Amino acid sequence: MSRDAGRLSLILLFTPFALWILLLIILPQIGIGYVSIREKVGINTYEYGFKNYFDFITEPVYRNTLLRTAWMSILVTALALVIGFPIAWYIAKIARERSRAALFLMCLIPLWVSDLVRAYGWIVLLRETGVISMTLVKWGIISQPIEMLYNDMTVIIGLVYTVILFMIVPLVSTLQGMDDALLEAGYNLGGSRVTVFRRIIVPYAMPGIVAGCIITFMLTAGSYLTPILLGGKNSSWFTEQIYNQFITRYNWESGSAFGVSLLVFTSFVVWAGLRLTGQSLATTVAKE
Amino acid sequence: MYDLSCTDLTKTFGTFTAVSDVSLDIPSGSFFSILGPSGCGKTTLMRMIAGFERPTSGDIAIKGESVLKLPPNKRNVKMVFQHLALFPMMTVGENIAYGLRCRKEPKSEIAGKVARVLDRVGLPGNEDKKIDQLSGGQKQRIAIARCMVLEPDVLLLDEPLGALDLKLREHMKIELKQLQHQFETTFLYITHDQSEALVMSDNVAVMNTGRFEQIGAPKTLYDAPASGFVAGFVGDATVLEGKLGEVRGNQGRVILEGGKEVIGTVSDGSKSGDAVEVFLRPEALKLGEGESGCQLGGKVESLLFNGASSRILVQTGRNLIEVADPEQRSDVGEGSAVTVSWTPDRARIFARRPGSGAAA
Repeated sequence: MSRDAGRLSLILLFTPFALWILLLIILPQIGIGYVSIREKVGINTYEYGFKNYFDFITEPVYRNTLLRTAWMSILVTALALVIGFPIAWYIAKIARERSRAALFLMCLIPLWVSDLVRAYGWIVLLRETGVISMTLVKWGIISQPIEMLYNDMTVIIGLVYTVILFMIVPLVSTLQGMDDALLEAGYNLGGSRVTVFRRIIVPYAMPGIVAGCIITFMLTAGSYLTPILLGGKNSSWFTEQIYNQFITRYNWESGSAFGVSLLVFTSFVVWAGLRLTGQSLATTVAKE
Repeated sequence: MYDLSCTDLTKTFGTFTAVSDVSLDIPSGSFFSILGPSGCGKTTLMRMIAGFERPTSGDIAIKGESVLKLPPNKRNVKMVFQHLALFPMMTVGENIAYGLRCRKEPKSEIAGKVARVLDRVGLPGNEDKKIDQLSGGQKQRIAIARCMVLEPDVLLLDEPLGALDLKLREHMKIELKQLQHQFETTFLYITHDQSEALVMSDNVAVMNTGRFEQIGAPKTLYDAPASGFVAGFVGDATVLEGKLGEVRGNQGRVILEGGKEVIGTVSDGSKSGDAVEVFLRPEALKLGEGESGCQLGGKVESLLFNGASSRILVQTGRNLIEVADPEQRSDVGEGSAVTVSWTPDRARIFARRPGSGAAA
């Protein structure tokens, strides 16, 4: 009786999750995969094969855009880690119990505003007639307004700003679990600040670092609004290519192949990153 | 030459004085304990010695040289933390090698040193184990090995037995003492558990509200406490409250709150008329008639069996007196009328401790 009840509650609790995974993740991916291997040869006549992928690989523009997106995403992830770590350290270890919640909230507040509005915020600041340019002119630091939008630097700044929270949150939660006595033991046994950081803090925080990097990398590589709005035509972000295939050129087959390629390639980058740093998902993300 | 000496050490946090004017000298190779209730300042004192807190005033010297200006990682004082603070992401061998690698010792020597220290703590060949594969007692020994491999001048131990279960704690007490003999290093041990301090130490400092009440060998503290606090904190004692009456030599007559009078030894500067407490150790008491004034009549309240440390609880007036009963006498039972007696030199009279209630 109680076993049946237990099973029932398991099913009830598990169903929404299973439905979500199945209907919104697995089925669409299968659909995309299916569309990506077919080729339109006439009205309602299709052939199946890997021609779309072949086209993608042989066309340098597509290939280079993907590589560029991956490279910039890695850069954004690295910057988010370098900037986010001290913030996470401050929240987890230095701030007092009471201000900790307030600081966390301050990190969350930007999420209450949509990506679009936040990107326009950057535009207001950085465009030729924007706040920063005009202020610099007024102070006489520059003689005429400069355009600070539509370059890689701006795209990177905007992306770091958008994703850094997803780096900070996992870092704070791992660092909070660290006993301060570990640091003191590290110093007591003769370690310098650098040694303690390198041999104790970083290895201890590794699960948080890996989780944060995977999330930020995936979010960045898959982001669309920020690179398009801040980078303009120069952004050459891979999601823009996918958009073009689906919407502008109405070539769903090719767009699907791009989508699958992006997923496979970013998964590969994550896998390579884990291998290079000697980590595995089991010992980091899935760790208690 | 002292391995560690503190001179007039004081530490204040805002208006709160955690450690007040503490001086101590620890001879080379001895086991020194600081015993005190929680919040007495003993941890602050230890953290100042390790370098994690800056003393407000006073000096700390290791092997005769002041270390006040040295940061924690430059002091040759190693510490076993309360929860051991073994690095969970490293293996046993890496934990022990950490300090050696910080010192930039050659790799070829590190492995040998790690193996040797593991051998000395009785865990040879465990280099590749993970920390969470070890039992509580093994972790303890690794934490000590991690410090001892660096050959410190002084090893600080901050209540390291607190997290262990009772049986293991009893065992580790003996083991710690043996390790200290083996390494011939000065140990400074901090605890609130009087039996740990008494069993292991050559000398014990009893600390209360930031000050040392008494420093001495365990036997001295037990047999000749310098204050009511020490008498009450070290070992078991029944406390009778009363007022000091006539004093002759160092013998005093105390009028108990129930009106009865008892005789004991005045052990501090208490004068006739002062509020005092009489401390009676269970083993100093026996059942049977004694000299006049050195006895109290009562009724057996209960028999507490605990092997060689069995006790008889005797109700006299409003006080409950604990009498040691190592032979587990069979001629008394609950409710029998008995007389408890002692010799005057073993009943110690001290000024009443501030804040001690009638139910001491």
